[in-house]
Amino acid sequence: MNVPADLRYAKTHEWIRVEGDTVTVGITDHAQAELTDIVYAEPPKVGAEVKAGATAAVVESVKAASDIYSPLSGTVTEVNAELSGNPALLNTDPFGKGWIYRMQSSDAAEISALLTPEAYSAQIGQ
Amino acid sequence: MSDPALLKHSPLEPAHIACGARMVEFGGWFMPVQYSGIMDEHKAVRSASGMFDISHMGEVTVSGPGALAWLESLLTNRVGKLAVTRGQYTLMLDESGGVIDDLIIYRTGEMSYFLVINGACRDLDLEWMRSRLPADGSVLLEDQGNDYAAIALQGPDSEIVLRGLYPFCDIPKRNGIAALVTTDGEIPSLLARTGYTGEDGFELFVPVNDGITLWESLLAAGVKPCGLGSRDTLRLEMGYPLNGSDLSRERTPLEAGLDKFTGIDDPEKGEFSGRQALEQQRAGGLPSRLTPLKLSVSGPPLRSHYPVLVEGIAVGETCSGALSPSLGEGIAMAYLPLALHSPGTALEIEVRGRRYPATVTMLPFYKKPLL
Repeated sequence: MNVPADLRYAKTHEWIRVEGDTVTVGITDHAQAELTDIVYAEPPKVGAEVKAGATAAVVESVKAASDIYSPLSGTVTEVNAELSGNPALLNTDPFGKGWIYRMQSSDAAEISALLTPEAYSAQIGQ
Repeated sequence: MSDPALLKHSPLEPAHIACGARMVEFGGWFMPVQYSGIMDEHKAVRSASGMFDISHMGEVTVSGPGALAWLESLLTNRVGKLAVTRGQYTLMLDESGGVIDDLIIYRTGEMSYFLVINGACRDLDLEWMRSRLPADGSVLLEDQGNDYAAIALQGPDSEIVLRGLYPFCDIPKRNGIAALVTTDGEIPSLLARTGYTGEDGFELFVPVNDGITLWESLLAAGVKPCGLGSRDTLRLEMGYPLNGSDLSRERTPLEAGLDKFTGIDDPEKGEFSGRQALEQQRAGGLPSRLTPLKLSVSGPPLRSHYPVLVEGIAVGETCSGALSPSLGEGIAMAYLPLALHSPGTALEIEVRGRRYPATVTMLPFYKKPLL
């Protein structure tokens, strides 16, 4: 499973990419493989306040609906509009075109509490 | 989830692991939910062929001079209609007309029958049947659930695959059953032309130790391994009910729209368990009717227990639901008041607090293209 070195990870299988004061959130390669064919994604609304560890989005495979937890607290600034027409991007490009939302973090200290790529790799047993 | 130590295991489990199955608990059994993916497996069955392990289903043989009369009293459909080698879908009801199980019964001889019952209620079914056996010994009931491995081969290519595997076998017509090969052992292998997908197909019942060999020969013939996930989407696209989701002791077959599988309109069908309750219900008017629903907009996959509303008022909840892989639309079944059963009726389905417009439609959800 791909675990890019430039990202931070939540134990619940989300990743973040920090660029300036914008944070992009998605699910990991491991998560998409476990969830299998994703057929529906419900991102948060722009402007929504999200809390670290609380449900921010839902993705659904044919078989099950799964909550996506926000790795950080803050405000949603943008959502990936392409996912509504093509939720399979979550499977095919989880770290790229399959991103779910962008946010502004309200608590920088939360970032350092997230897992490093090494720690996340260890968590998923590789 | 039940205690893992109590989970029942299919004789085909090593084959599933070898095929990369994702295993889950289902009705007390440890079974494959998918291999390559539910969408891929679903499409293989609609366009070519797929195979499902159905060893969790129960097999029961009933024989003896009293078998026919006893089965007529136990099951809703008229067993007397069956010629030897023919089968039918039927239901076993309690005295209040609630569904204990839906099953297929085949007549395998002058006085012998082969019943295929649902995996999740094998013990309950057998208990119900045994408690009603006549005391005079005229009916012999045998639980053969652990003697068979069973595989459903489904899809338009099923017959070609089967002919390749068994070139000299008589292949039965729809709803028929044949002895597959003559074996020296006591358990005959059986081949039934039936299924739960809406496609042509067969259910093969072989001695438990021959299961993996059969699975591997089907695999070598190019048949795609399919799990319970696609079995569920395939059956729901056809509107076939699932016991435990769409059928239960709380609903009658009339509410489920299965009137034609009950003998209440057949002048030759006599008394059977639940008959009086069905007649009373029909005379008094049905309290609800199992109704097919379709989302009118693109939206989330439908699942069980989602509220169904009309003008903001809850009128029921979904019992089965899915994103139809063939149609790309959310489909569901719900028990709703009879007045809402007409196709085109507008309503709403609530998913995570949001309401999506939906309409009442007709079964099957999926109609096979003519060409």
